[in-house]
Amino acid sequence: MSIAKYFDDMSYGLSPESDTEARAWLARHDHSFGHFIAGSFTTPDHSFQTFEPATGKPLAHLARGTAAEVDAAVTAARKAQSPWAKLTGHARARHLYALARMIQRHARLIAVVEAIDNGKPIRETRDIDVPLAARHFTHHAGWAQLQATAFPDHAPLGVVGQIIPWNFPFLMLAWKLAPALALGNTVVLKPAEYTSLTALLFAELAQAAGLPAGVINIVTGEGDTGALLVDHPGIDKIAFTGSTEVGRLIRQRIAGTGKSLTLELGGKSPFIVFDDADLDGAVEGVVDAIWFNQGQVCCAGSRLLLQEGIAEDFIRRLKRRMDNLRVGSPLDKSIDMGAIVAPVQLDRIRALVAQGVAEGATLYQAAMDLPTNGCFYPPTLLTGVQPAHIVAQEEIFGPVAVTITFRTPDESVQLANHSRYGLSASIWSESISLALQVAAKVEAGVVWVNATNLFDAAVGFGGRKESGFGREGGREGAYEYLKPKAMLGRKLRPAQPPITARSASIADFVAPTIDRTAKLFIAGKQARPDGNYSRPVLTPRGALIAEVGEGNRKDIRNAVSAARKAEAWANATAHNRAQVLYYIAENLSARATEFASRISAMTGQGAAKADAEVAASIERLFSYAAWADKYEGSVHAPPLRGVALAMHEPIGVVGVICPPEAPLLGLISLTAPLIAMGNRVVAVPSAPHPLSATDFYGVLETSDMPDGVLNIVTGDPQPLAEALATHADVDALWAFGSEALSESAERLSASNLKRTFVDHGRLTDWHHPSAEGADWLRHATEVKNIWIPYGV
Amino acid sequence: MTILQPKTQAKVASVQQAVGHAARNAGMPLDLEWIAQTRVNQSATDRRVTSLPGRRSVKKDAQAAWLLKALTCIDLTTLSGDDTAGRVRRLCAKAAQPLTPALQEALGMADRRITTGAVCVYHRFVATAVEALAGTGIPVAAVSTGFPAGLAPHDVKLREIAASVADGAAEIDIVITREHVLTGNWQALYNEMRDFRAACGAAHVKAILATGELKTLRNVAQASLVCMMAGADFIKTSTGKEAVNATPAVTLTMIRTIRDYHDRTGYRVGYKPAGGIATTKDVLMQQFLMKEELGRPWLEPDLFRIGASSLLADIERQLETHLTGGYSAFNRHPIG
Repeated sequence: MSIAKYFDDMSYGLSPESDTEARAWLARHDHSFGHFIAGSFTTPDHSFQTFEPATGKPLAHLARGTAAEVDAAVTAARKAQSPWAKLTGHARARHLYALARMIQRHARLIAVVEAIDNGKPIRETRDIDVPLAARHFTHHAGWAQLQATAFPDHAPLGVVGQIIPWNFPFLMLAWKLAPALALGNTVVLKPAEYTSLTALLFAELAQAAGLPAGVINIVTGEGDTGALLVDHPGIDKIAFTGSTEVGRLIRQRIAGTGKSLTLELGGKSPFIVFDDADLDGAVEGVVDAIWFNQGQVCCAGSRLLLQEGIAEDFIRRLKRRMDNLRVGSPLDKSIDMGAIVAPVQLDRIRALVAQGVAEGATLYQAAMDLPTNGCFYPPTLLTGVQPAHIVAQEEIFGPVAVTITFRTPDESVQLANHSRYGLSASIWSESISLALQVAAKVEAGVVWVNATNLFDAAVGFGGRKESGFGREGGREGAYEYLKPKAMLGRKLRPAQPPITARSASIADFVAPTIDRTAKLFIAGKQARPDGNYSRPVLTPRGALIAEVGEGNRKDIRNAVSAARKAEAWANATAHNRAQVLYYIAENLSARATEFASRISAMTGQGAAKADAEVAASIERLFSYAAWADKYEGSVHAPPLRGVALAMHEPIGVVGVICPPEAPLLGLISLTAPLIAMGNRVVAVPSAPHPLSATDFYGVLETSDMPDGVLNIVTGDPQPLAEALATHADVDALWAFGSEALSESAERLSASNLKRTFVDHGRLTDWHHPSAEGADWLRHATEVKNIWIPYGV
Repeated sequence: MTILQPKTQAKVASVQQAVGHAARNAGMPLDLEWIAQTRVNQSATDRRVTSLPGRRSVKKDAQAAWLLKALTCIDLTTLSGDDTAGRVRRLCAKAAQPLTPALQEALGMADRRITTGAVCVYHRFVATAVEALAGTGIPVAAVSTGFPAGLAPHDVKLREIAASVADGAAEIDIVITREHVLTGNWQALYNEMRDFRAACGAAHVKAILATGELKTLRNVAQASLVCMMAGADFIKTSTGKEAVNATPAVTLTMIRTIRDYHDRTGYRVGYKPAGGIATTKDVLMQQFLMKEELGRPWLEPDLFRIGASSLLADIERQLETHLTGGYSAFNRHPIG
């Protein structure tokens, strides 16, 4: 086209980014790659092929990791872990810094390879993915440098298996590797089968940067290779980012193995626009929310919740904006969207959109010519969607937004939270009080006010509910690659000896003590167990002390329902929660002698030990009363004009299976941190010694504890734990007891991906200072990062 | 950015039909509710302008064409205390023949009329410029109304406009009273602007907001709307004398109000960023914003002007570079 012609029509023309260097890199490798294990590449075996999404042409041959190769990688990582962890923090910081600088020096090559391999626009790889990846290594070089002072009571986990998705191949690699390496772990990483190239390029760069052999190992392959990694006994932790479906499988597979787990899964994130928002700004926010990376973003703002009064105007503006979007070659510098990663994804998007239309949604797609080859899908809007529609509930993982209207802030929160997911939310309003109120109320790990899809290494990212658990980035993310030193070397809890009841002796002709019936404690009331069966409580010698209710699934259901209703506790002031805990301690103290003799009677411990347990319980209540208003969030300083508030929020309704030992102290140690942070608890007390818990009802009743905050169901821990684990309205489960209990708690919690905290049958010294404090409070809270850009 | 009620939207359609697209902005009654509902989020605005250069790019022939188009939108300006008639005549010569004929031919544009959009001077030099530009079809714009501070008595401002129109100015660049914006006195701003528009008669009026002194983008958006309601043909960022001039964020804010005004009234109001646009990179950014937010019609000089003096030289250099492949130097192009 001539200059004159351009002068007349003022079109953009083509602005292709050169792919010469990237193609040359591929050619140097003969388009074939092996794994990166123990510091060198294995011989390529051409076991599967990848394709270029934008053209559909073959791109590279990759190796499918076998059991032997995964084993070799884990062995290499294991061998390297100890010397890597023994390096000084400063030495590890130097390595991470070198990786960051290496990324910066080769930024354009990485960006172009990524765009070719994934199909995403060069703008995004060049301006977002690669710089952020470098930022992650720089930030975490800092945590390595500060590890000894910032985390003196924590040790690295060991060898970490990491499985990353295809939507941000290089950035996810950085998110995963940087914190793991910084804190002294070594890694076996499996990139997604569609998009492994930048991981292999990174391995090459890391090798050149002098990273010791075995510190990172990259094994390519598909799902079965991932499964080999997940199942490998030499792995201490799995960190997975991907679909909720696969996350659930991983949760089940590693249940009971003692492996740590963090999951960053799917989402159906709300994008809420109030009538006092900058509507054009919010329209542009939608572009960044759902037409970023072709909508293949776990935290994509895919549910547009629009206040009814502005919905029509907003949709009109949005459609006009859509007509200006450009879709084309990922290497064209004048596009907004590139290619969908693979034909199978394209089919899925098409099918879901068709289903949405069939259910009554109105389809709007920008009028544009899509490239004829390759995987392309236009920006798409479905209006008139109802919450019951499949497209309002399912993650589409494509450039498709749906709109739903609301009337009031309350209703916007209700709609936002009416989802199995809880990853992120975007809130648009010029009123700070409205925006922050809604930010506080939405169930999400990340909230953006008047913004969307902002990320930074200093700000934890991750979700709740079926979006997974764990955080990546910042101090909160660092803990995911550490374990408390106090947890090292814990002994297995001896199996509980069966205690058989002695046959009752014939009583004398005297007036007996008045019979006391210990019921369950649900919604602030003593309730008869649903099944109306009882279980005996015996002395160590088998004499009957009393009988307690045999709780069952329905009792758990009732207790969970009571706990859910006690939502107000989450909003009670920290001062108020502290008051209640102090009051409980006060009332327990008044009955200390009685509680001590009960412990003696049940456990056979001497008076001194029993007194010590009561005293420790009172002190622990004081500790958590103290913590209630002191386990505060923080203010992160990401590189923007604004702040990110890392708020500590309660998880919600938490089931607690108390250990058999320490009948009072165990109960207090597990429930007090949860209650202090605003959670509501359904506790199953020590199975052999439940009377400390049932005696405790009276303390609770006189301590201003609102009904439903702490519910106690006595009975057999195993079935009760199973009832809690499979209950979809329970947000987390803490299980202390046998190894089998931990296994089933973790496995069954996969149902709704509730967070778990288990001891794998290992004994906790409940009297030790490490049995309370910040490590426990971390398990009792979710970190919600609220990004608040500001400026006039 | 602003709230458009469904009721009003119906009205828009009828107005658009009645007015058509080419009509000059006749203004509308001051709509205080619309002004009050205007919201601009600075950070969201910044993000849009920050990401745009990564989303749009023009290279090679397309870039040359875009720069030529920008050239035709330049209000070639001299507004210095030491201006003289001679200086103004030299500027006019440059406006009429901004490119050497050889360069223009090499670009394949020999048969096109390539001139700047206008020449912009103080009232004192209007007559000089009109005379120098006779026969070229290039309009003369006069800055007016106590430019740049705009604090002269109101009647003096009106007489200044009338005098420039009498001397042959086809365009009047007025400055608003910033105090009206800073104190939220929209009625006063509206009245002032309406008077200016009336005083201009057939001459087109550009309302200079002095955005660098209004400070907030909300102020900028509100002032833009009031000026359009009062009949401005163009809204313009700056006098060039403020510390901050035509930033991309200000452009985005102002042109979004132009779009809203067009949606509601059917009138197309022009936009003129002025000051701070010195390089081809700067001007391409402004053009991308215009095309993306307002559309193709707003890339032509009837709806887009650029207040600049040194930009032209950078465009000339860039065009020569495009032809030769080697970087150019200022001294190879006639001075303006």
